[in-house]
Amino acid sequence: MNPLLHTLLWGPLHFGAADWWQLFLHFMALSLLAVGGAITTVPDMQRFVVGEHRWLSDAQFNDCIALGQAAPGPNVLFVAVIGFSVGGLAGVLATLTGTLLPSATLALAASRWGHRNAQSRGLRAFTAGLTPLTIGLLVATGWILLQPVGLRLGAVALVAATLWLMLRTRRSPLWAIAAGAAAGLLGWV
Amino acid sequence: MAMFSAFNRLALQGFGGVLPVAQRELVDRLQWLTPQQFLELLSLSQVLPGPNIINLGLILGDRHFGWRGAVAAMAGLLLAPTGIVLLLAISAAQLRDVPQVAGALRGMGVVAAGLVLSTAIKLAPGLRDHVLGLPTAAALVLLTAAAIGLLRWPLVAVVLGLGAVSVALAWWRSGPEEPA
Repeated sequence: MNPLLHTLLWGPLHFGAADWWQLFLHFMALSLLAVGGAITTVPDMQRFVVGEHRWLSDAQFNDCIALGQAAPGPNVLFVAVIGFSVGGLAGVLATLTGTLLPSATLALAASRWGHRNAQSRGLRAFTAGLTPLTIGLLVATGWILLQPVGLRLGAVALVAATLWLMLRTRRSPLWAIAAGAAAGLLGWV
Repeated sequence: MAMFSAFNRLALQGFGGVLPVAQRELVDRLQWLTPQQFLELLSLSQVLPGPNIINLGLILGDRHFGWRGAVAAMAGLLLAPTGIVLLLAISAAQLRDVPQVAGALRGMGVVAAGLVLSTAIKLAPGLRDHVLGLPTAAALVLLTAAAIGLLRWPLVAVVLGLGAVSVALAWWRSGPEEPA
């Protein structure tokens, strides 16, 4: 096979079928532990991919996460980047379907069950009880995303401008993202 | 098809997280959900394991169009963005050391933080009619934010601990006298 094509399909390592299964099964197992999003299982992915198998270095692993955050789309796509770096397109298939299949099945089953029993007191208490936590988690996520930059003047101004755009206008958030990219490019944040 | 294009559209706008865009598209623009419905769907998606926005898309798609709607929402969320992120990964090796690129990524990260915070602010009025009453609900918001954001406690512990307290209170307050 053309070596370039081989790298695209199977990645730069000597990644074989047995490795593929290990990767797939590990991400399947993490899928059901990912309460609050796939990002919560990053420490364990790192232990497996970097520590145990040495498929990636620490720096390579961090780049995968950063790319997943920066690209458009759900943040869970960082698992696709990990899969690609480890095992090419085959690796993407392993990490992405491994991450999504179990949780998606459970979500659909739980939702259908919940919809049929929507009026039960237990379920109403369950969803009502968790809504304050949901809002609290959003606040915490915003706070954590700010940590790499810190509360510098440029960053605070940029957050304020974003809040204004989202709360006081009906413009697309893409404007805020473009402004953020420009401000970063010019070294203001 | 509407489900696919709606979720495709919001996924492609979602730099650094799709949730703020989802709120704007599904509630403000398309009006498929009221703010309360969005908040409840989001809470359900967060309790379930897996990426929140994907769970939300699956559940919304499934409720309206069955499994086909669920598949359409998921494909809309993932297909195009996966292609883009892999192209980025291929070119990343060359671009990683350019300071302007690193700066732009940093700026977009700050805006992502602002977007998530704006989602929290937009959902907060939903707490006014909360079964626990506004003060208790607001206290739970602050406790959760502090435990995860400042103390960095593990999520599972916070959800099981505070979540259990909150659900138990809601159970007790909702009372049997309300129509079941």
